[in-house]
Amino acid sequence: MSVNSNVLGENKLKKRSSLTDTNLLLIITIAVFFTMYACAVIFLKQGFLKPQMFFNILNENASLLVLSCGMTLVMITGGIDISVGQVTSLVCMTCAVYLQKVNDGLIAGNVFTSMCIALAIGLAFGIVQGFLVAYLEFQPFIVTLAGLFFAKGMTTIVSSDRIAVTYEPFVKLCRTEVTIPFLGSVNKKGIYIPAYVEVGVVVALAVVILLFCFLKWTKLGRNFYAVGGNNQSANMLGINVKLTKFLAHVLCGLCAGIGGYLFFLHACSGSPLHAQGAEMNAIASSIIGGTLLSGGVGNIIGTLFGVLSLSTIKNIVTSLGLDEAWWTNITVGAMLCVFLIIQSAILAIRNKKK
Amino acid sequence: MMENVVLEMRGICKYFPGVRALEQVDFTLREGEIHALMGENGAGKSTLIKVLTGVYPKDAGYVTLSGAPVHIKSPQDAQNIGIATVYQEITLCPNLTVAENMYIGRTKGPFTNWSKINSDSDRLLQELGIPARAKDQLGNCSIAVQQMVAIARAVDMDCKVLILDEPTSSLDEQEVQKLFKLMRDLKSKGVGIIFVTHFLEQVYEVCDRITVLRDGMLVGEYIIEDLPRVQLVSKMLGKDFDDMAEIKSDSDAEKVDYDGTPVYQAINLTGTTGIKPFNFEIHKGEVNGFTGLLGSGRSESVRAIFGADRVTAGKVMVNGRTVSIRKPLDAMRCGISYLPEDRKKDGIVGDLSVRDNIILALQVMKGFFKPFSRAQAEKFADEYIELLNIKTASQDTPIKSLSGGNQQKVILARWLLANPQYLILDEPTRGIDVGTKVEIQKLVLKLASEGKSVTFISSEIDEMIRTCSRLVVLRDGKVVGELKGDDLNQNKIMATIAGGESNDIQ
Repeated sequence: MSVNSNVLGENKLKKRSSLTDTNLLLIITIAVFFTMYACAVIFLKQGFLKPQMFFNILNENASLLVLSCGMTLVMITGGIDISVGQVTSLVCMTCAVYLQKVNDGLIAGNVFTSMCIALAIGLAFGIVQGFLVAYLEFQPFIVTLAGLFFAKGMTTIVSSDRIAVTYEPFVKLCRTEVTIPFLGSVNKKGIYIPAYVEVGVVVALAVVILLFCFLKWTKLGRNFYAVGGNNQSANMLGINVKLTKFLAHVLCGLCAGIGGYLFFLHACSGSPLHAQGAEMNAIASSIIGGTLLSGGVGNIIGTLFGVLSLSTIKNIVTSLGLDEAWWTNITVGAMLCVFLIIQSAILAIRNKKK
Repeated sequence: MMENVVLEMRGICKYFPGVRALEQVDFTLREGEIHALMGENGAGKSTLIKVLTGVYPKDAGYVTLSGAPVHIKSPQDAQNIGIATVYQEITLCPNLTVAENMYIGRTKGPFTNWSKINSDSDRLLQELGIPARAKDQLGNCSIAVQQMVAIARAVDMDCKVLILDEPTSSLDEQEVQKLFKLMRDLKSKGVGIIFVTHFLEQVYEVCDRITVLRDGMLVGEYIIEDLPRVQLVSKMLGKDFDDMAEIKSDSDAEKVDYDGTPVYQAINLTGTTGIKPFNFEIHKGEVNGFTGLLGSGRSESVRAIFGADRVTAGKVMVNGRTVSIRKPLDAMRCGISYLPEDRKKDGIVGDLSVRDNIILALQVMKGFFKPFSRAQAEKFADEYIELLNIKTASQDTPIKSLSGGNQQKVILARWLLANPQYLILDEPTRGIDVGTKVEIQKLVLKLASEGKSVTFISSEIDEMIRTCSRLVVLRDGKVVGELKGDDLNQNKIMATIAGGESNDIQ
């Protein structure tokens, strides 16, 4: 890097864009999502015109959204957490077994205590993993890989069969639909069907807004970026790097707990096969949403659009009649590559201009 | 001490595994003074500062601030008690905005007030004349601006002690003047400033007092008027005359054929590491040296010759034939070998055996798909272990378990085995005992008498005088002189390194 200190004139200053990398990548993500959705609406018509199609994407992915948000937090600090998918599975299974026992009158409890259990499981994973990563300075990938296997084993210990929940209050909660006014559609018989989202979507969007504000306006949130940008510098700037990393993992664990419960709400059952590979979808969503694996750059709103893009492309593939799972996988793989190329190309052009 | 002492460090010791970084160092800073901390690299300046700011824990000694003892455990602590620091390397986050970098980690309350920090930093940037805006991403600013932002952050803190560790290395003349004005303003407000730099002119321009360190030990504290430039340089370099006889015989110089085609010749060689274009040539059987203070570009120059750093321009001729040296392998094929300055980082492969380390360079030149037979490798290793008197348990011993001097000899063996016509030795004697030092010096002279050309770099001037017949002197990345014959004496060398006031102003 050559130092052009002499050309720091005023005109140079004006030309330089004040957009940060984070915001630039966010704009790319949003633009790509809208282009993709517009294409789907124009060329595929069926379904994509109906608002409910969009809301179904949200319904299907409320859990993934929360998991991805947690993943984004950790990735901003330069780490990664690949245990979230199995933690989701463990949460579903534990809550399912618990609620069934409540249903059978074996133990006392209600829906609320099952929520507490979910959060506690997520928090426990977050705290232990966070401690190992931040204070004992183990590689986050290895630590959370251990967490992944641990959660997987625990799930099977809790129960190795699929358990459908029949506990009445919970089933009621599962089936609760939040109606969206004015966006319903009329079916073939001429009956108006209102558009709806599940309860989980409301929770997930609340998490998105909360975490967005957290990252933008709280000091701890900003410290996440500083630590991810350069953790030695962050230390010299007076930031407690270890505590920051620890808290990122705790928050991610908490998100895994919430995301796990949302998955449970959507599936209304527990199974060792639940949320298989969800951590990979979460990582993919974060990356499509403009989070860099190297840390320091990322945005929760971007992650929201990352999840939407990922699911939309899956829906498009399905609508094209390519129903097999491998078609979606190939498309998602290709999409990730295209995204990485776009991102690095734009960042490279920008750095060249400097 | 009559003046108001703001910071006092007494008997500070700091050890790293195998290295004594600081030994019983005292340092006193008074209110409203600019105090230069001087010393060669490895003298312990940066370590002292990192101990003071809590980056490293100290092993012994105590620190008092305004008379009260303080225990600084982390950079946060240092900030909280009023010690602001600008580190040598830029310690800011490139992914954040300029404003955030100025305020992160030192504002109160759990929230970031964006409009306040943006307007505050815009005002401060304008006051200091820094061409950046609060909302710019730091990574998109030039290095000089980043450095100024780091300074602005430190200045804005209500500090008692301001530490500037080589803040000027990436600033141009104008920016340096701006910084000096700022320093004088703060000085008049009673802030004590510790200023670390390699630029002697800057020290004499702005400082009141100098503390000199060498090899982790305190040399002394001086008032600036009492310490002329040449004396400062001699104090920094030290003159520990070994009780060793002059090794060099007078006949050496005559043997070199200065009129013949140079073994190696560079014209306007320019690298990316901040050295100015330079011309250089070396003849058969000649030992020459590059000297200058650390940071003057002597290692960078030889690295450019070897192609270890990227070379951007210049013409290179080996034995009169124009060649292109873009990477170390090119240089090796031209018969140039380079023994790097940083043995641990660039030299040894710690876990490989002594034998594997010795044959490494030759193996690279031969190609990895044509390995030497075991017997051949053992023969090479035996030959050089004996020739250089390397003390090792066996050929199979991992090199990292050898002492520093013996590791150095193994690396030397590696390059000798490659049979170069031109050998560059960058600080081959650093950190090894006197006996081995002499052995290496003798070896250098022997190689020269066998017709090889050698470039020898050392921080110890005596050593250079003993071995070299010609010295290239560098200052601030520029060749400022070439000494040979009668000029090759301590005083003349030091005067050239320090530079007179007259020829400093460009």
